[in-house]
Amino acid sequence: MRTAKLLIAIITVAVLGPVISFSAIAASGKNEIQEIQIGFVAYHPDQGPVLSNLLPEPENRGFAGAELGLKDNNTTGRFLKQHYTLLSKLTDSPEQTRQIVKQWFENGLRLLITDLPNAQLIAINKLALEYHAIVFNAGSYDDQLRTQECLKNTLHTLPSRAMLTDALAQWSNARRLKRWLLIKGSQPEDLAYTAALKRSAKRFGLNIVAEKTWDFDTDLRRTAQRELPLFTQTDEYDLVVVADERGDFGEYVMYNTWYPRPVAGTQGLTPVAWHRVVEQWGAAQLQSRFAAQSQRWMNSKDYAAWMAVRTLGEAVTQTKSSDAKTLFDFINSERFQLAAFKGRKLNYRQWSGQLRQPIPLVQPRSLVAQPPLEGFLHPITDLDTLGFDQPESSCKVSFL
Amino acid sequence: MKRMTRIIPLATGLLSAALLCTQASAETAFVSNEKDDTLSVIDLDTMTVIETLDVGERPRGITFNHDRTKLYICASDSDTVQVMDLKDYSIIAQLPSGEDPEQFALHPDDHHLYIANEDDALVTVVDTESQEVISQIDVGVEPEGMAVSPDGQWALSTSETTNMVHWIDTATHELVDNTLVDQRPRHVEFNKDGSIVWVSSEISGTVSIIDVDSRQITDKLTFKIRGIHPDKIQPVGVKLTDDGRYAFVALGPANHVAVVDAKTYEVLDYLLVGRRVWHMDFNSKQNLLLTTNGISGDVSVIDIDKMKVIKSIKVGRYPWGIRIKS
Repeated sequence: MRTAKLLIAIITVAVLGPVISFSAIAASGKNEIQEIQIGFVAYHPDQGPVLSNLLPEPENRGFAGAELGLKDNNTTGRFLKQHYTLLSKLTDSPEQTRQIVKQWFENGLRLLITDLPNAQLIAINKLALEYHAIVFNAGSYDDQLRTQECLKNTLHTLPSRAMLTDALAQWSNARRLKRWLLIKGSQPEDLAYTAALKRSAKRFGLNIVAEKTWDFDTDLRRTAQRELPLFTQTDEYDLVVVADERGDFGEYVMYNTWYPRPVAGTQGLTPVAWHRVVEQWGAAQLQSRFAAQSQRWMNSKDYAAWMAVRTLGEAVTQTKSSDAKTLFDFINSERFQLAAFKGRKLNYRQWSGQLRQPIPLVQPRSLVAQPPLEGFLHPITDLDTLGFDQPESSCKVSFL
Repeated sequence: MKRMTRIIPLATGLLSAALLCTQASAETAFVSNEKDDTLSVIDLDTMTVIETLDVGERPRGITFNHDRTKLYICASDSDTVQVMDLKDYSIIAQLPSGEDPEQFALHPDDHHLYIANEDDALVTVVDTESQEVISQIDVGVEPEGMAVSPDGQWALSTSETTNMVHWIDTATHELVDNTLVDQRPRHVEFNKDGSIVWVSSEISGTVSIIDVDSRQITDKLTFKIRGIHPDKIQPVGVKLTDDGRYAFVALGPANHVAVVDAKTYEVLDYLLVGRRVWHMDFNSKQNLLLTTNGISGDVSVIDIDKMKVIKSIKVGRYPWGIRIKS
């Protein structure tokens, strides 16, 4: 079934639950309430037809995370006379994205969170520089944005592909699964994921015994057992890594390989920013608050949006300011720290604006590991064993 | 309510009852096992688990009433506070607690229980006699630590995501002030005379000392253990000796308890205990300190005179709270 284009624009203005009652606070000071307005804009490009289309992504991915972050900020804010509002919009074209964001900037909004493909993010970034606004990237995993195509005023809460694949490679190394069979799709994202996998393999001493592109157009639900054993008949491997971001064929690799070996990457054992199975370090609380709010599980995009809103909340609280430059400079400094349910404080890489974070490796019903793993050392922080480290990046993020 | 039927031969029962009578010093520790829905009962003379009791789901905070005849148990996933009669370990009441009770503190009046409702950003006040909810007070996101001042004037709650200590006036049940602390405050502990409170911040790795009169932070403790990454040093439980000499701070995944001079705030020593140490309690003489170690599923016993860990006792899965009855 081909998903119909049902990109209905939603405008959720000022998502404020009735829980926030200002009268409940003992008025102790005369200062006025500090208003902080945050924008969240997303565009979900049509992914094209895929073979495995059983479980669609929720349409409010990202939005629900931003909403929860807003509630968290407001619960804190009522004790500090801060009031956060969220403007959010799922657009149906790049042009509309631009128009909406421009209008928000015209109206004075300076704190923007995005879930956009690269090209659009770069266009919006140009706009943000004109208006001196902060942009959070909560939608693109692209490594270029963290290494070459450096965007001023921009912070990344979603991990980069390199962070994901480094986490997988650390685990693979630790489990002595040293020989990889790499199967990739032919979409640009698949090639980007493949490049990240290759870099990680080299970094963590793993050997790619064969690299194959899946370009068959048969429906694997009928022929997987026949096609894949032959397709995976190569030199012997310990682990099959798959680069299929859309989920076209990858779901059918497991249990169908020539050698009986585990599958990891975009399917199988998957490195993610967030997943339902993350429950340690108080994460169970975040999961249950999210589930109560949205009647579904929290995913990586929700988490990235939640972290962006919470980052702003922490920065406003600590600096007592809502000025974009003041906030950016604080967030991108050593003083910033965020508790984000991953067992340690998180902060941003000052060169690329990337949020450092442990990467859960998950299977559908359990957490397998959460790199950085013990034994992978780094002179500054072991979190920087994941993704591009400072010497590997030409970025020097600042605020204009 | 499920309760394990204990099949103890009568003779053994009588014998242990007799032993309890003759040994006035016999003390027992109660440990809540978060992932087993049980309490482990440890005999401090033999340092062994003598009984495992079924309780409500996901038991976390536990505390005694004043004469230590009852134990209150936060059964988080059962959304209730259970009351256990310590004579026969039966559950005699289920108090309304608000959703997801995690920690609580009993007022010196012995019948007002202040409960942190982690999922709802509330503190619920329950009267243990009438078994009614008296008040609910809005606090920050994920309230956890709870303490009532020795004079009964203040109930303090820490909220883990809002990063504050909330000051609740117990006379009016209104929130009157907030003190901003470091990331993820877990536990709050008054000193004996109620002049200062110790607040642990798990993610920042600090303990803040707050002056009760001014409600301002006066000192801040940090910890450093050779060979352990600073991010893994995550203070949770804090216990202070009555003589004002020592503070003990449980450092979570650093697997150590810090021994602090409670007057100078100087860290004197770090004691290696089990994995992910969270909460602690003293015996009555305060020469022993027991710690709950979540990941290793055991309790470490610290001899305070020697400042040494002398024993570890296997309990249930993910031990959380601990209270010792003399």
